[in-house]
Formats: sequence, structure tokens, C-alpha cells
Amino acid sequence: MISEPALDRLSAMFQGPDVTGTRYQLLSVLGRGGMGVVYLARDTVLDREVALKIVERPSEDANEARILARLEHPGIVPVHDFGELPDGRLFYAMKRVRGDRLDRWMASGRDLSERLGVFLRVCETVAFAHAHGVVHRDLKPENVMVGEFGEVLVLDWGVATTPSQSAASQRRIVGTTEYMAPEQARGEAVDHRADVFALGAMLESIAELAPVLAIARKARSDEPASRYQDVQSLAADVSRFLAGRAVEAHRERLVDRLARFGRRYRLPILLVLTYLVARILLLWLVHV
Amino acid sequence: MRGTQPDDRRAAFDALVTAYWKPVFKYVRLKWHASAEDAADLTQGFFLKAYEKDFFSAFDASRARFRTYLRTCLDGFVANARKADARLKRGGGVTLIPIDFGEAERELQQQAIDRVDDFEAYFRREWLRSLFACAAGRLREACVARNREDRFAVFEQYDLAPDDRDRPTYAELARRLRLSQAEVTNELAAARREFRRLVLEALREQCGSDEEFEAESQALSG
Repeated sequence: MISEPALDRLSAMFQGPDVTGTRYQLLSVLGRGGMGVVYLARDTVLDREVALKIVERPSEDANEARILARLEHPGIVPVHDFGELPDGRLFYAMKRVRGDRLDRWMASGRDLSERLGVFLRVCETVAFAHAHGVVHRDLKPENVMVGEFGEVLVLDWGVATTPSQSAASQRRIVGTTEYMAPEQARGEAVDHRADVFALGAMLESIAELAPVLAIARKARSDEPASRYQDVQSLAADVSRFLAGRAVEAHRERLVDRLARFGRRYRLPILLVLTYLVARILLLWLVHV
Repeated sequence: MRGTQPDDRRAAFDALVTAYWKPVFKYVRLKWHASAEDAADLTQGFFLKAYEKDFFSAFDASRARFRTYLRTCLDGFVANARKADARLKRGGGVTLIPIDFGEAERELQQQAIDRVDDFEAYFRREWLRSLFACAAGRLREACVARNREDRFAVFEQYDLAPDDRDRPTYAELARRLRLSQAEVTNELAAARREFRRLVLEALREQCGSDEEFEAESQALSG
């Protein structure tokens, strides 16, 4: 029989990772994701803090590390190091990002243009990944980090798929229900439009104005064919809204169009009105 | 549960019986204050009925851990059996995995437990003991098959040492096994790696889906 002390010893083997013999010293747990635990660690060689992700299942780990290594983009956290721990688990070290998760960042009272600006940065990053054949599959505000200096990073690529992966692994049901496209929830193979759906769900939580909600609703249509066909088209519609122009997803009433026209050309309209009022006043004074 | 073809279903069921029969026996002995003989009958009867009635197919991983579900089924089964005041007979046409209840009873006596305050925690710990014992057994077989007896010996004497006070140092182990100290640490690291893999493999056999396995392996990691 396995004795009580031996049982404790063996259990401990599954709890903290054994980093003996590596250059890293564990400091605290930063977060737990579907595929592993991310620790704050010190790289004792370069004397700097890193985020050290340790995962149970080698295939999944290698997947994320390879994807991150392939995607060099300011919106994606770079991988510094990759290896195996003495206990057989694999790890990879990433840049430590300081900042707030998007959901918390938004809760701290940001105005609409700021929030949509961040959303567009997320779109740029995701579009870059799509251009490299990578579908994230778990986009949500909790997986976006807004850094101290305004940098926007898309995190947790642990369940992302690439064209080289097997059909079975592409069909595996992963992600977060609230942001998951129907075809993904059904366990069907998904393409980049599953990310368009998730971005639509994110957009819905960012702004409640009718044109933005219309964009969000189009992005999260049940049928992939009814959504924006790529992230760039979705981002373009959001940019049109920010620029005060009509958005594709929203048919405006006349009153909405006039209001938007008023908002967009506020200064020239004010100047013209001021000029007209001044002329009328002048005419009236001349006639009095 | 756990495989729809008859062979798959049987294999999945065997994996569950292997993993859970000891925790179930000990739990029935302690929680239900059953004698060793009654606990053995109830354990056999429980697994037989679970197989015949396909109890475990109703398990929903989104609602509870399998362990909790099994324990709930077990409590219901024992309560009904007590109510009917019927002793359950072994056998019944289905041959379960050979179960050595004597061994489980000896373990129980060795543990000398006076009182259990938290049966959920107790059941989990016994399940974990059973899971680790299964993986350690597989590690032994794998090491013997590959003529790596030293690897298992290092693991057994260092990590499976029954008492912390009797645990040898690396230097003592090196002397005992006529290895260098570096060889001891290398063999220990390799054995631990393989042990971890075998634990996860055994756990995977007990789980009915990837999601359940993910949740269980995360729980194992604390």
C-alpha cells in the first residue's frame, strides 16, 4: 500500500512544477487557463521577470509555443524559451505583460472611442493571425491585455488551430460558451469566421449604441456566411462608425442620418449658423 | 459512459472498477460501518448493478465530478440494500476484475483510522492512492520489461518510501544500488517523468470525455 507520507510526496509531484535545474525561479501564479498554469517567474540568468506557462499535455503545449513563435506581431506576446521540466511537463517562457485584462480595463470607465480603439487593435492582431492560417478559437475580453503604455495584446493561444492540425483536433469543442460560434459549439471544424463571431460578442459588451450593436449582431450571425467574411471587413465597419460615416450593418432612418451628419460636421454647421445669425442681426439693426 | 461498443464499454468499466473498488470498499466499511464481509458483498453488488443497469451512463461531467457522482450512487445503493435487508450475492454471470478484499481490509487495519470527518476528502484520497498504486504498478512492469530495474528501485526507495525518516539520501541510494549519485538523480527524474505520464494515462482511462479529463488533471494539479 502507498503510505500516507508517500501519498503526500506523490501528490506534491502534481502540484507545484519542479523547476530544479532550469534558469527559472517561481514567484507566484498569474493565472490558470484551459491548458495549463501561468506562473510569474524570475529568469535568473537575465535577471528579469517572465511569464512561465506550464502545461500538462505536451501536444497542446507545443501547439501554442509553435504558434506564438510563428506569429511575430506587436499584439502577440513573444516566446523567449521553450523546454521540458525534470517532471516531464513542458514549459515556455514569455514576456511578462503588465496591465489590465480588457474586461477590467473597460470597467474602469473608458470612453467609447477609447474602447473601440482597443477593439480595432484586437482586430488587427486577429487578422494578422488569420493571414497566417491561425484561428484563435477562444477570443474574449479575459484573453486581451491592455498594457500600461496602451499596448494591446491577445493572449492564450492554447486552443488555436492551424491548417496543419488534424481534423479531429480542429473539431474539438473548446472555448467559452458566451463567445463561441454555433458551429464551434457543435464540434464542427471551424474557420476564421468563428473568431469573427467571438469578436462580435466582444463588441456587444463594448458599446450599446444602435450602429455598433448592428455591427456586433452581423458579426455574430448564426450562419458563418451571414457574418462579415473576414476580420478586416468587421474592423472597417467599426472604423466607419468612429469616423461618423454610415456603417454597412445598419440601415439608418432619416432622423439618424441627420443626427450623424450633425455630429460629423458639427463645426462647419456651427460656423454657418453663426454667420447666418450674425447676418440676420446686422440686417435687423440696419432696418431699425 | 464511456464507449458505446460492448468491448469499449467493458474496458471502460474495468478501468473504473480497478480505480474505485478499494476506495468503495473502505468507504462502505467506514461510512456505513459495514463488516469486512458485508462491505465486500456491497462492493461487488454495487459494481455488478452499475454494470447491469448502466448506472454511470447518466453521469454528466458538467454537473459534478465522477467521484462525487459515484459516491452518491453508492450511498443510494447501500441505503436501499440496507432497507431491503438483503445481503447481496456475488457472481450473477458477470465476471468482474478479480478483487482481493483481504488486501483492502489489511490496508484499512494498517491505516488505523479512528474517525472520518470529511468523507468526500477521504474518498478522494483513497481514489488518489488507488490511482498512484496503479501507475506505480505499471511503472514497475515497464521498467522490468526494458531491463531498467534500477530506475524503479530508485523511485521505489526514494519516492515510495513508507516513512520520511527511512527515506535514504541520494548518496545512500547510490551505494545501495551501486550507481553514481548523478545516475541516481537521472534515474529518479526519468522515473518521475514516466510515473506522471502513467498517472495521466490511467486517469484518462477513467474519464469519459476530454473535458472530464482536463478537469480531473487540473484538479490533480491542485
